[in-house]
Formats: sequence, C-alpha cells, structure tokens
Amino acid sequence: MSVDIRSQAEAPEAAPRAITLTVNGKRYSARAEPRKTLADFLREDLGLTGTRVGCEHGSCGACTVLLNGAAVRSCLMLAVQADGQELMTIEGLADGNQLHPIQQAFWEEHGLQCGYCTAGIIMSLYEMLRRNPKPSDEEIYDTLGGHLCRCTGYQDILKSAKLAIKLIGG
Amino acid sequence: MEEAVGLLGLYGPEAKILAGGQSLMPLLNMRLARPSVIVDINRIGEMDYIRPSDGGIAIGALTRERRVEDDPIVAERLPLLAALVKWIGHPQIRNRGTVCGSIAHGDPAAELPAAALALDAELAVVGKSGTRTLSPDDLYLGYLATSLAPDEIIREVRFPGLPANAGWSIQEVARRHGDFALVGVIAVLGLTEGRISEARLVCFGVGGRPVRFPEIEGQLVGSTPSEDLFSATARQVSASVDPDGDIHASAAYRKEVAGVLTRRALEQASERAKGGIQS
Ligand SMILES: Cc1cc2nc3c(=O)[nH]c(=O)nc-3n(C[C@H](O)[C@H](O)[C@H](O)COP(=O)(O)OP(=O)(O)OC[C@H]3O[C@@H](n4cnc5c(N)ncnc54)[C@H](O)[C@@H]3O)c2cc1C
Ligand code: FES
Ligand code: FES
Repeated sequence: MSVDIRSQAEAPEAAPRAITLTVNGKRYSARAEPRKTLADFLREDLGLTGTRVGCEHGSCGACTVLLNGAAVRSCLMLAVQADGQELMTIEGLADGNQLHPIQQAFWEEHGLQCGYCTAGIIMSLYEMLRRNPKPSDEEIYDTLGGHLCRCTGYQDILKSAKLAIKLIGG
Repeated sequence: MEEAVGLLGLYGPEAKILAGGQSLMPLLNMRLARPSVIVDINRIGEMDYIRPSDGGIAIGALTRERRVEDDPIVAERLPLLAALVKWIGHPQIRNRGTVCGSIAHGDPAAELPAAALALDAELAVVGKSGTRTLSPDDLYLGYLATSLAPDEIIREVRFPGLPANAGWSIQEVARRHGDFALVGVIAVLGLTEGRISEARLVCFGVGGRPVRFPEIEGQLVGSTPSEDLFSATARQVSASVDPDGDIHASAAYRKEVAGVLTRRALEQASERAKGGIQS
C-alpha cells in the first residue's frame, strides 16, 4: 500500500507522563518516560527490586507481576500502560515477617537456589491458586511452563508448588 | 477506535498499534522494530468481547487469548478454538496477548492465523478510508507480511461455527510446550452416512504463511475414512509443503513431520466426527 510520506506528521515529543497506580495496596504518583518498561519502572522508579529482569522478551518469566489479578510479563508492558491499574509484586505477599504460604513452601522444599526466577514463579502460582485452589497437575505444569530456572532442575519448584497447595488448604 | 485510526493515518508507517504487546514489545526491547509512535489501543472501551454471531462467534480487538480458554460461548459453539489457544505460549502470555493481535501479526508458526484460515474466518477491518471485510487467505502475503494498510486495525474476527457432524483435531510439534510450533496441522472432517462430506486441512510452521490444501480437501470429500486414505493424504501433504530449515529444525524434518501430523490429525478428526472422542 503506498503512503504519501509528505502528508505524515512528525512524531510528538516523548516527554515523561504523570501516572498514578496502586502497587501492593499503596498508591504511587510518578512520572514515566513513555518508552520505559513496567519492569524497569517498578525497579528503578519505585525501588521495588524484588521483580527481576532476565530476558526482556517474555520468555523467562522472571519479571512476572499481577496486573489487576492476572499474571503478566512486566517487561512486555510500558509503565504508562499501568496508569490507573492495580499491581501486585512479590513485595506485597508477606505479612510483615510472616511469609505467605507459597513463600513458606519454597523455603521448606528448597524451591530456590540463586532466587533469580523465584519472584516471578511465586506470582504465577499466586494467580493459579486464586483461580483454582485445587489445580490439576496439568494446570501446575502449564503455569510453571512459563518460567525458566537455571539452578534447581525444577523438581523442588514442583514440590514447593504442591506443598503450597496443601498449606493453602486446597 | 476512530481516534486510533486517525492517529495511524496521521503518523503513517512510523506508527504501530500496541495491543497485547506479546509480539511487539519483544521487538521493541530488542530494537528490532523502532516505530516513532506507539498507539496503545488497550483503553478503547467495549472491544473486549466474545459474542454469538450467525451460528459462530465474534471476537473483539481487545479480547485476550486467555479468555477464549474458558468462555461458555466458545465451549458451546467452537470448542476447537478453546483447545487451540492453550497451545499458545503460557498462561502469562495469554493473559495479555489478543486474538486479533495474533491474527494481525501473522507469525507463520502461530496457531490463531492457521485456525482463522481453516475455519474460514472473516476479519472486520477499519481504516482511514472506511471499513472492509478480509479473508485470512487475502490477509497473509508472506513472512510477517499482510495486506493491512498502515492505518488499518482488525476490529473484530468472526469465526463461523462448524457443522454438527464435524470432528476436528489440532496436532503440533514444538521443542517445548508453549514454544512456537515447528510444524502444526489443523484438520476438520464432516461425516455424512460414513462418508467424508467436508474436509479442511491447514499446515503451519512450514513456510511464510499458513497453508491450506483445497485440492487435497476436494479429493477427501466423498471418500470413506480409512488408514490407507489418511496415509496417502499425509504423503501428498508432505510432498506439497515447502518449508524452510532454520536452527530449530531442517526443511526435510519439517516436511516429514507435516505428513505424520496430517495423518494423526485426520484420524483424530474422524474419530471425533464419529463421536468416539468427548468434547
Ligand atoms: C514467550 C512467548 C511465547 C509465545 N508463544 C506463542 C505461541 O506458541 N503461539 C503463538 O501463536 N503466539 C505465541 N506468542 C505470541 C502471542 O500469541 C502474541 O500475543 C500474539 O502473537 C500477538 O498478539 P498481541 O495482542 O500481543 O499483539 P501485539 O504484540 O500488541 O502486536 C503485534 C503486531 O500486530 C499489530 N496489531 C495488534 N493488534 C492489531 C489489530 N487489532 N489490528 C491490526 N494490527 C494489530 C501490532 O501493531 C504489531 O505489529 C508468544 C509470545 C511470547 C512472548
Ligand atoms: S524478563 Fe520478562 S520474561 Fe524474561
Ligand atoms: S533459582 Fe536460580 S534461576 Fe531459579
């Protein structure tokens, strides 16, 4: 399809935009460059460094957070898209010093070694258990399939997931 | 929607729509695409829907792939589609990725473009110069190339329902579950009094775009399902596809697998049509 380039407008100035969002129940107002990913924004601007960045193209799952309750890749969203939305990150899970049952399960079953993948995996499991407290093995595999771990060999992560289901009472 | 089309018209090929971002964002992060304007359509209201339409279903521009998995209308009218989306990436990807975005992106190894082709879907497209309806066959030109103009948006995809006597099958080989297919096949067979009354066959991952085989489909119609028939069809499909080789699989491997998956797909579709497989 031919397009007349001369009739095209110049791209507008990419100045930072004011955004307001809720993260782990707390409201934040900040300015975000339109090109900044949500993952970088959470880490660099809000100081929530529990969310990790691995591959930046959706494959590894390290950056997974909850957006209005759904597990999503924060490296594949722009910070400005989170304006007005509700997010939850790994920092929102524990109640003071009391670990969340999923965290407790990872602790007990040695579900982590270096821990780089862990925050993302826990957020995905959190969504899975919200949708269905008694997931089938297939659902667990489907959920964990969206994450890469270079250390554990996955078996202890699977055990952790199963213990978490028990602790939560599924 | 008019505003989005207006912006696309204003900035031309420099502008890109951002839907689920599950294909576009990786390209941006890797600097493989460098549009100067991004038009985020996520806040356009009333575009996230699945509705009944003429015996089939209509899906809006902002409907996520995840929603298709357990939507009651899909389950009732087109269970093939609910099974199909589960082959796409992982739940975390499907929570954002949109049905229309996948069809518009047109990855040759993607499931939804192949299903759109197999199911004779209709794409409702809106652009600067008005609206038009496109068939998937006219949409896909070649590798990630479509006939959409830079200012056009797929507003809705409509999938007709399948006849009550039809069985279907989705077969796919990938390196790991959730990866793009190395090769995939979708088959639909309708049986009337023991004979094939309708046949559709689509192969994906075997070239620049999903391929359908009208001649082979025509030969199947009128025949009685049998192992021999399906093996012969598998050999025909294997001989007619012309895949590329890459780091994931050689062209010869893909050709071979296209045949094997065709046979399995026809067998399963036929079993389903006979009522031997639930759902
Ligand atoms: C780790 C990972 C694994 C994946 N695995 C698979 C897989 O196995 N199978 C598979 O099929 N897909 C897979 N995907 C891709 C996923 O399905 C994408 O969601 C989909 O291909 C694009 O949809 P989107 O809504 O995210 O589009 P976007 O990324 O937002 O857009 C993609 C392109 O389409 C254009 N576009 C988007 N919506 C429209 C519209 N309505 N009209 C016109 N143009 C539009 C955009 O401008 C852009 O050029 C995977 C992605 C990731 C990150
Ligand atoms: S950093 Fe987002 S998926 Fe790897
Ligand atoms: S614990 Fe190290 S990557 Fe998973």
